[in-house]
Amino acid sequence: MLDAHLVVDRGTFRLDLPLTIRPGEVVALLGPNGAGKTTALRALAGLIPLTGGHLSLAGRHLDDPGRRIWTPTEQRAIGVVFQDYLLFPHLTALDNVAFGPRRQGLSRHRARQRAATWLARVGLAEHTHCKPRHLSGGQAQRVALARALAVEPALLLLDEPLAALDARTRLDTRAQLQHHLAGHSGATLLVTHDPIDAVVLADRLVIIEDGHVVQEGDVATVTAQPRTDYVARLVGLNLYRGHADGHHVRLTDGFQLVTGDRHVGGVFVAFAPSAVALHPRRPDGSPRNTWPATITGIQRHGDNLRVQLDGPITVAADITPAAAAHLKLTPGQTLWAAVKAAETRVYPAAAPLNVRAEP
Amino acid sequence: MSRRDAVLARPDRSTPPARTRRTGRVPVALLLPAALGLLFLVLPLAGLLVRTPWSTLPQRLTEPGVLTALRLSVQAATLATLLCLVLGVPLAWMLARVDFPGRRVVRALVTVPLVLPPVVGGVALLLVFGRQGILGGWLDSTLGVTLPFTTTGVVLAEAFVAMPFLVVAVEGALRGADVRYEEAAATLGAGRWTTFTHITLPLVAPGIAAGAVLCWARALGEFGATITFAGNFPGRTQTMPLAVYLALETDLEAAIVLSLVLLTVSVVILASLRDRWLSSR
Repeated sequence: MLDAHLVVDRGTFRLDLPLTIRPGEVVALLGPNGAGKTTALRALAGLIPLTGGHLSLAGRHLDDPGRRIWTPTEQRAIGVVFQDYLLFPHLTALDNVAFGPRRQGLSRHRARQRAATWLARVGLAEHTHCKPRHLSGGQAQRVALARALAVEPALLLLDEPLAALDARTRLDTRAQLQHHLAGHSGATLLVTHDPIDAVVLADRLVIIEDGHVVQEGDVATVTAQPRTDYVARLVGLNLYRGHADGHHVRLTDGFQLVTGDRHVGGVFVAFAPSAVALHPRRPDGSPRNTWPATITGIQRHGDNLRVQLDGPITVAADITPAAAAHLKLTPGQTLWAAVKAAETRVYPAAAPLNVRAEP
Repeated sequence: MSRRDAVLARPDRSTPPARTRRTGRVPVALLLPAALGLLFLVLPLAGLLVRTPWSTLPQRLTEPGVLTALRLSVQAATLATLLCLVLGVPLAWMLARVDFPGRRVVRALVTVPLVLPPVVGGVALLLVFGRQGILGGWLDSTLGVTLPFTTTGVVLAEAFVAMPFLVVAVEGALRGADVRYEEAAATLGAGRWTTFTHITLPLVAPGIAAGAVLCWARALGEFGATITFAGNFPGRTQTMPLAVYLALETDLEAAIVLSLVLLTVSVVILASLRDRWLSSR
């Protein structure tokens, strides 16, 4: 459906993103701020031109600077849900949704009929004559979604669609969004920095950092085997790169970890913060990995506390408030961290990134 | 959340936060010229009201000469404003939205009539649209259209002087409007013209209205360019300001009455725009 290689040069920044999306597939584009997510979305929408690569959608070549092909935004079969929705403030919800169908040549009556159908579908049949300023955040988001889908786009682009909502509304809206995305027969690209949105809504994750794909794959693979610090933080794992020899992995800075799995060669070692135990003194017995660590920060994390530790390796540990009270944790304090070998996960670093090679 | 905390934290303080402005005595060296300045601006207007022949005002106002001048003024200013809207809004859009070479030069040219003495504008108009002018001669000989010393000439002179007010106001409004609405319209299949008519214009309508009122007020008060380019023929080119000037030499009370009308119009315009320009204290 979508077959693209987005190359955009902007001074010192270069986006280089191969991207294919099948009909009905939802791909989440994740990345930290400044990674190029918005640039990619704007390039797909035709709001900025490609400087290289190509972009074809539903068999139509839309943008190919090498062959001097360029299609302006209004001629692309796309629908966009913007981060702050950008509902036209002078039009009612109905006319906002009817705006796209009207531009496709439908009569005013037919366009409004289609808009009313879509508003009913997103559960806003009673708000058709509201101006956007009278809609709540969640309602405005649904109008924006209806407006984007009412043009029956081959490619639906969602730019942080839930970011502007409060936590409670986000939960409901996310569930509804999932329902509507499942019913969308075209390709969908979801741009987000919220891993929960990505995990719930997307079939496949594409993670970019500094304009380049660093990891790509289905949700289970990416969350189980992060390949960069950013992805590891995103999915909440401690991640290290090193060289394995049997059950021992020597990390790049010289520290050695004992692992449950046997491997040889370049590997990633990952373990969850909850696998890290903290002790006031050097622990004896079963944990195979122990090291002295200094507390650099303590934050609340769900029901637990997440403790950031410095030492031979930097690590995040999740401990219960009870344990924290028992250990009397304060920043600057030194104690012992321990991880059981069986709690570590080891996977080859040399495995090819699931990214297509450049032709 | 943090903002609410800050608000909640405030009552803990026993005293409200101190004003940053000191409330000491105002120096006489500043107070005196300030008061004189205010007086200087207000006194002439008060004088106008004091000398107004209130008892004969109704008859004065309904004199045919006054009504003719008033009607002509309003008509000409309205037509000039329409002309400015038709030409000025697209010009403002070009300046605000299209990145063409020499845009800064064009913007400077547009604002020239703002600072140009209106008489010079009138002379310049004569040189181009006059009977012997570059365009005027051709218009006269081929189309039989004469512009100078006609009501159309009044409209042209007023539009020439007033258009920068509209262009500047509308360009400001366009620059202030969020371009992303136009991008959203494009993603929904709207071309640039549809986007302009369906999205941009409604969004900047308040700015256009304000610019049009300002433009109309400027056109209504236009004197120098009008008298130079269109002359001073009662019923044809004699607008209110020209009538005031003429009446001053023959009938002072008539001049006062005409001035009072113009003053009233100005106050009404000011009041209608107060939310826009005078809301900042």
